Amino acid sequence: MELFFSQLLDGLSIGSVLLLAATGLAIVFGLMGVINLAHGEFLMLGAYVTFVVQGIFKPMGGILFELYFPIALVASFVVTALVGALLERTLIRQLYGRPLETLLATWGVSLVLIQLVRSVSTAMLIGILVAIALGWFAAKMLRTRFEEKLFLPYIVGLSWIGSSLIGIAFASWLSNIRPLASAWFGPRNIDVTAPKWLQGSWGKIAGIELPGIRIFIILLSAILLLATFWFLNKSVWGLRMRAVTQNRQMSNCLGIPTDKVDCITFALGSGLAGVAGAAITLLGSVGPNLGAAYIVSCFMVIVLGGVGNLLGTVLASFLLGIIQSVIGSGSLLIVFPNLPGSVKGFVEFFATTSMSLVLVFIFIIAFLQFRPNGMFPQKGRSVEN
Amino acid sequence: MKLLRSLFPWILLAVALFILPIILDDFRLNLFGRYFSLAITALAIDLIWGYTGLLSLGQGIFFALGGYAVAMYLMLNTPSEAGGNGIPKFFENYGVAELPFFWQPFWSPVVTLIALWLIPAIIAGLVGYLIFRNRIKGVYFSIITQAALMVFYHFFNGQQKLINGTNGLKTSTTELFGQLVGSPSLQEWLYRLTVVLLPVAFLICRYFTSGRFGDALIAIRDDELRLRFTGYNPVPFKTIVFIVAGALCGISGALYTVQSGIVSPQYMTISMSIEMVIWVAVGGRGTLIGPIIGAVLVNYLRSLVSEALPEMWLFVQGALFIFVVVLMPDGIYGWFKNGGFSRLLAAFGFATKTATYPQLDQDPGVLEEMSSTSGTKKL
Amino acid sequence: MAISETTLKEVEEMAIKEINDAGGVKVGGKSYKITAISEDGASDWPTFAEKAQKLIDADKVAVVFGGWTSASRKAMLPVFEAKNHILFYPIQYEGQECSRNIFYTGAVPNQQAEPAVDWLLKEFGPKFGKKVYLVGSDYVYPRTANTIIKEQMKARGGETVGEDYIPLGNTEVAPIIAKIKKVYPDGGIIINTLNGDSNVALFKQFKAAGIDPKKYPIMSFSIAEEEIRQIGPEYTNGTYAAWNFFMSLDTPASKKFTADFQAMYGKDRVTGDPAESAYNMVYLWKNAVEKAGTFEDLDKVRKNMIGISFAAPQGEIKMFPNHHTSERVLIGEAEPTGQFKILYDSKTAVPPIPWNQFVPETKGYTCDWTLDRPDAGKFRM
Repeated sequence: MELFFSQLLDGLSIGSVLLLAATGLAIVFGLMGVINLAHGEFLMLGAYVTFVVQGIFKPMGGILFELYFPIALVASFVVTALVGALLERTLIRQLYGRPLETLLATWGVSLVLIQLVRSVSTAMLIGILVAIALGWFAAKMLRTRFEEKLFLPYIVGLSWIGSSLIGIAFASWLSNIRPLASAWFGPRNIDVTAPKWLQGSWGKIAGIELPGIRIFIILLSAILLLATFWFLNKSVWGLRMRAVTQNRQMSNCLGIPTDKVDCITFALGSGLAGVAGAAITLLGSVGPNLGAAYIVSCFMVIVLGGVGNLLGTVLASFLLGIIQSVIGSGSLLIVFPNLPGSVKGFVEFFATTSMSLVLVFIFIIAFLQFRPNGMFPQKGRSVEN
Repeated sequence: MKLLRSLFPWILLAVALFILPIILDDFRLNLFGRYFSLAITALAIDLIWGYTGLLSLGQGIFFALGGYAVAMYLMLNTPSEAGGNGIPKFFENYGVAELPFFWQPFWSPVVTLIALWLIPAIIAGLVGYLIFRNRIKGVYFSIITQAALMVFYHFFNGQQKLINGTNGLKTSTTELFGQLVGSPSLQEWLYRLTVVLLPVAFLICRYFTSGRFGDALIAIRDDELRLRFTGYNPVPFKTIVFIVAGALCGISGALYTVQSGIVSPQYMTISMSIEMVIWVAVGGRGTLIGPIIGAVLVNYLRSLVSEALPEMWLFVQGALFIFVVVLMPDGIYGWFKNGGFSRLLAAFGFATKTATYPQLDQDPGVLEEMSSTSGTKKL
Repeated sequence: MAISETTLKEVEEMAIKEINDAGGVKVGGKSYKITAISEDGASDWPTFAEKAQKLIDADKVAVVFGGWTSASRKAMLPVFEAKNHILFYPIQYEGQECSRNIFYTGAVPNQQAEPAVDWLLKEFGPKFGKKVYLVGSDYVYPRTANTIIKEQMKARGGETVGEDYIPLGNTEVAPIIAKIKKVYPDGGIIINTLNGDSNVALFKQFKAAGIDPKKYPIMSFSIAEEEIRQIGPEYTNGTYAAWNFFMSLDTPASKKFTADFQAMYGKDRVTGDPAESAYNMVYLWKNAVEKAGTFEDLDKVRKNMIGISFAAPQGEIKMFPNHHTSERVLIGEAEPTGQFKILYDSKTAVPPIPWNQFVPETKGYTCDWTLDRPDAGKFRM
């Protein structure tokens, strides 16, 4: 019995991390049909925001430092939501209705973000800002000067290239000044320390240790899920989002600003990723590659649960978490110690982290053979579904 | 002009076969050999993505399997690679005394030559059939192929005792025909082999994309439902083309492995498989020349940038992804083919003369009609 | 470059700068300045092989210093053997290898893992029994090191109660914690050979799950001062590590090394064993080249390498005929400051034994590149 509960707790722990990471993606993918492969990097941005907030609070010490974490959660949400909104305004909106292209473009965004946190320095930031300002200004000038000329797009493109070159040159000139040149974070992992009250164990129930961070993450994912659910189903903007998902043209005709809805939806999804990233700092390492570890599992959770269904996302995360923990810890052998030789060998073969992941992915593929649209398929009359 | 055009591919081939080995040093020649072997993968992806509309993010599976097949053969058949009990040395590190059963067939060169494309083909067939039968397509197809990729990645990565896990298998110090595989002379022959096999792969792809079969593939890409409603079953078409692509990736992986000297589970990472797709996108999907151009160009760029400014490569690669997808969806070759270059010239006032149909208002029939209805608006 | 590889590059650049500032490498009466070309292996084994090939063929370098994980070394090894070139590898590793073309300046198991296991059994054996639980990353170093530790445990009459591997980069250790709690309800010895990111997850989640180093003594083989900074000292506090150099080593040479490094890269930086070993290898190569009187005749450089010694920050080290260096063995306990308190010190440098003598497959084998025999890399003693 104790084993059952401890396994359940482990499964819930792993599952809640998956759920936390996947909720944002479920919104972006489910409501907008956008495949955002940069989602993992939004997690990473959230984690880095937490690092920055920690850095601000560390000198204060004492009780204030103990309280930094809730503030970091909010800050991660705000910052990543803003980055998400920016990304939607500039790139994603060019690609609506072309999910496969979005997939490739967002992968490109993820590569840029990874390298950006590795090498961003004050000099580089100034260089980027200079390039953007110059490029924007030049583009505006050229547009008024050569209004209807056929070559306008080409020279605007050229002017952008030119201004980025100037930006790069400026940044490398600034790099000669040492304090401006040093990278903010660098390629190394950074150290995010949980406040004391989150570090240890929160006591025992029925002989099972309750690790503070695990319980905190389970609670946090539940709260976020409820909040998201409330937002989608009870708030005005949630209503509009659902309307746009169901019928974009009709919503547009009825006066819903679909542009704004898209932007808010994407920002919300990104912001949730940011919060998840902040929470993940409690569990593992924080580095530029943090996102890569989570992105695939997030997609698996959503496909398994059924696109556009939060309940499916919840069930799928916990299912995957429990499978991984039960198989990976070899608990089956303890529950059934007298398995015949061949079955025992089989269970032992899969009782490692790598092989439990193999089994999880095989399970997903097999499951989709029977229910190609996940546990809770979207209802609709289109033959496409 | 026409003669030149028909001769052009042959000239390119001759240059690659005879001129490049003379002008490039061993290291660069070897790099080009790798690019050309990657171009075969690009062709395969074009076949399933550019022509059939199936964006597979799991081609790394087949690529790596081909590589593993040839590496296993080389490891087994090199006396200096064998440890105390006649099996490859690395097994000693993990205390394995007996060769795992699936290594056994790779003692034979004939079996290896068949296995390196047949095994990927069989796995592609199984995976493909299961997915297509359930009418899974679009994004879901991509995600499931990614899940399949993860199955293979974690399996190969986690099984040190069977296949040396994350370390992979190395081929540079193995022997083929009594020579070191890593030696310059053998590498030059492998380069030539790649250059010969690339056009073969090209012809295979052309065979599948032309004629009725090719039309069916394009129909699947453009409107699968309509194809189904007209009485065709798309499943066999998709499965066959996925199998062909898998086999081609296997060959490509084998060629790449012997030239890079290592095959490891890192060929089955997600980033590698997505990169393969971008080669096709850069070159121009839906054409057969495009992917070759794309694969060679992107990988050459990668070598150059990562040598000069290692930390810039991810920026360049990311920007390339975004640029191609947003601004150049047809890729480089597609841009030229669709008149992108002449449009550029025209925009700056260098319009080239193009022969078009005679203008409508000079057509005698139209003129006659116009004169009969004079007073109405001119065309 | 991921976790701490960048530090090695910086230390090597520092050594090169020191040599150049002191007049360069003196060969045949002339002085040569060293020019460094750096390439990034991007933690990707095939890239390591490709870049090594480029350095040898296109850049025609005299020597290559590099590698981090054993997998990266194993990927480069065939390249160096096929081209008959020279690689210096600075990291402690699993042994069971002795290449003619590689010089190893990090510890092999008899200079790190084996004394550490004996020390653990001596200190904690009476309290927790002769039992160890092994946790490692899923690649060649932990797998091989653990094979050795298991044989050593057998030889010491002990028992290996569990063995677990996490794929590189994976950060979920909940199943492993469950397993450890099952086999050690009242505490026991854990040996950690995780590499990189997974360490952070391990220590954070251990602490949350109430796995206290006092009840569960943890010995790590891949955690130096730099890694502690990334994990956070409050998580590693009280755990043990075995190395050949600690920043806290109280000798003039050690203090000077750290001071020089901090003067060049900033007061807040730390040194550690991998950095020290990377520093040593540059000087070992310089000394050998000066002795050989050439840096182009690689065979001659290789021959002259053997027997070269260097007054390293840890103390005097020497290159042995098996292409490994002798090393001082230290065991330390991590403190809240992020430094180690040294609990065990071998004082003298321990000679290297690359072919392990606990593992039956390699027992009785040795390696000696001064001998002119085809199997000099591995033959029966």
